[in-house]
Amino acid sequence: MAQCNHGLMRAFKLTKKGQENETTTTLWLDGDLTEAIPGQYVMAWLPDVGEKPFSLHSSAPLALTICAVGPVSRAITALKPGDPLWIRGPLGKGFALTGKKHLLVGGGYGAAPLSYLAEEALKRGDQVVTCLGAASAKDLMLIDELNRLGATVHVTTDDGSFGTQGLVTVAVLEQIESNKPDCLYACGPTGMLMALWDLCQKHKIPAQLSFEALTRCGLGLCGACELDESLCKRLGLPSGWLVCHDGPVARLF
Amino acid sequence: MANLAVDFLGIKLKNPLVLASGVLGTSPAVMERCAREGVGAVTSKSAGTEARDGHANLVALAWQGGVINAIGLTNPGCHAELPILIETKKRLKPLGVPLFASIFAPRLEEFGEVARVIAEAEPDLIEVNISCPNVASDFGTPFSATAKSAAEVTREVRRTVKCPISVKLAPNVYNLAEIARAVVAEGADAITAINTVPGMLIDAYAAKPILKNTTGGLSGPAIKPVALRAVWEISQAVDVPIIGTGGISSGIDVAEMIMAGATLVGVGSALVNDGPAVFGKINAELQDFMRSQGYQDLESMRGLVHRRANGTV
Repeated sequence: MAQCNHGLMRAFKLTKKGQENETTTTLWLDGDLTEAIPGQYVMAWLPDVGEKPFSLHSSAPLALTICAVGPVSRAITALKPGDPLWIRGPLGKGFALTGKKHLLVGGGYGAAPLSYLAEEALKRGDQVVTCLGAASAKDLMLIDELNRLGATVHVTTDDGSFGTQGLVTVAVLEQIESNKPDCLYACGPTGMLMALWDLCQKHKIPAQLSFEALTRCGLGLCGACELDESLCKRLGLPSGWLVCHDGPVARLF
Repeated sequence: MANLAVDFLGIKLKNPLVLASGVLGTSPAVMERCAREGVGAVTSKSAGTEARDGHANLVALAWQGGVINAIGLTNPGCHAELPILIETKKRLKPLGVPLFASIFAPRLEEFGEVARVIAEAEPDLIEVNISCPNVASDFGTPFSATAKSAAEVTREVRRTVKCPISVKLAPNVYNLAEIARAVVAEGADAITAINTVPGMLIDAYAAKPILKNTTGGLSGPAIKPVALRAVWEISQAVDVPIIGTGGISSGIDVAEMIMAGATLVGVGSALVNDGPAVFGKINAELQDFMRSQGYQDLESMRGLVHRRANGTV
């Protein structure tokens, strides 16, 4: 890993890759982001290809779990050990562990930041329950890793190809009713996050929701990642909330 | 308490801070947020003839000297911008915060049309951006490059709209005073100076430019001396008020810019650390500075560097 001559940017080298599912890869890099916390993100740059935001799978060593959905993520997940990847960050506001019983919820590749969060919570001796939802078995990821860390994992798929058939919110509701958490932490599609927010409101559970947005500057300057104002109103966030700078995690207590 | 209120071309501001164009001027919600955080006036992001996506990532980077960006004039086009400005104006009015609307156009003859459309939102001022350094690949040399082209754009906008207009100039010219005089002669009510300074960053490990657009515009602390010099020079050349912009991130920076001759002071890249809350911080610092130095109001600081040099103070 080499410190570049501009701000937070560092040139890392890929050390190893792990395939999480058909489209998702975890990339391990040759250095630490010691100042990072779970839920924060980095901008990962490949010259001539582009730059995109990714949440942290691990900070020491730095690892990113990336789903290949576009040209930049496809190019990054195609890197080989020894190849360089430029990183600026950590950026944004991450999760803050609150209480002792944590319910983690991931939708699809939104599970990416959750094993890092689970690990931090389990290190404190806290209880971690995870609900992962996906469209189909082939979209699931990090189940084995979460189990290995010591988290309880419940899985739902829309098509019933793995775990319980249905939406992840059903599994979450069961957990809330049987083992009320001190705080819920979630990352995934906006529709899922808003459904979880409604559940948390109803059951008076603090929520920390990590939003995904088109991110350009990553500095809170360009306005591209503004969270829709109707969502801000529902969540009690100030209008004009910027996912890249105020988030990606909205801490809703 | 020192009095931070300003009368700018008859427009009343609570303080001299202006959200600089290109930073968070994209929606009513973000502009309202800046207003609630204490900015004196907001400037919307430049709107042109039609929608532009701007450049691809990497578009901006914070480095030791500030920020470099090549966003590339991302905007929805003036017709789609109009309802955004109307809604923004409605939200800012009860907060007592004026709206400045920034415009640009690819061709000289299109400036009037964009200005005419945007004027329907009744902004308190139209800022004419003729100096974006990041779109030369699409539009050619910026109109700010010569006194003649800067004056032609000003004339086109002036004959189209009645509201006050400020022309935003670039610092990287050798005849800034001449350009300033030319735009004022064609009816500019104010001058905004400066736009970002052309620059580039290269990553040595990649042996490549960092920005997708290769070059970009520098802003932040690195360009404050450039901006101070530009405002200092323009304020001696013309009698119109100046919106001094470039590298302002503290209350003392604001004082320096006003002493150089600015009436209002643009703030943009300083949001990189504190977000819109930076406006409250800068205002508090400005208050502290003025109290400690015995300045009752902004007028007592305005152009003080010139007055001191002339021996009039």
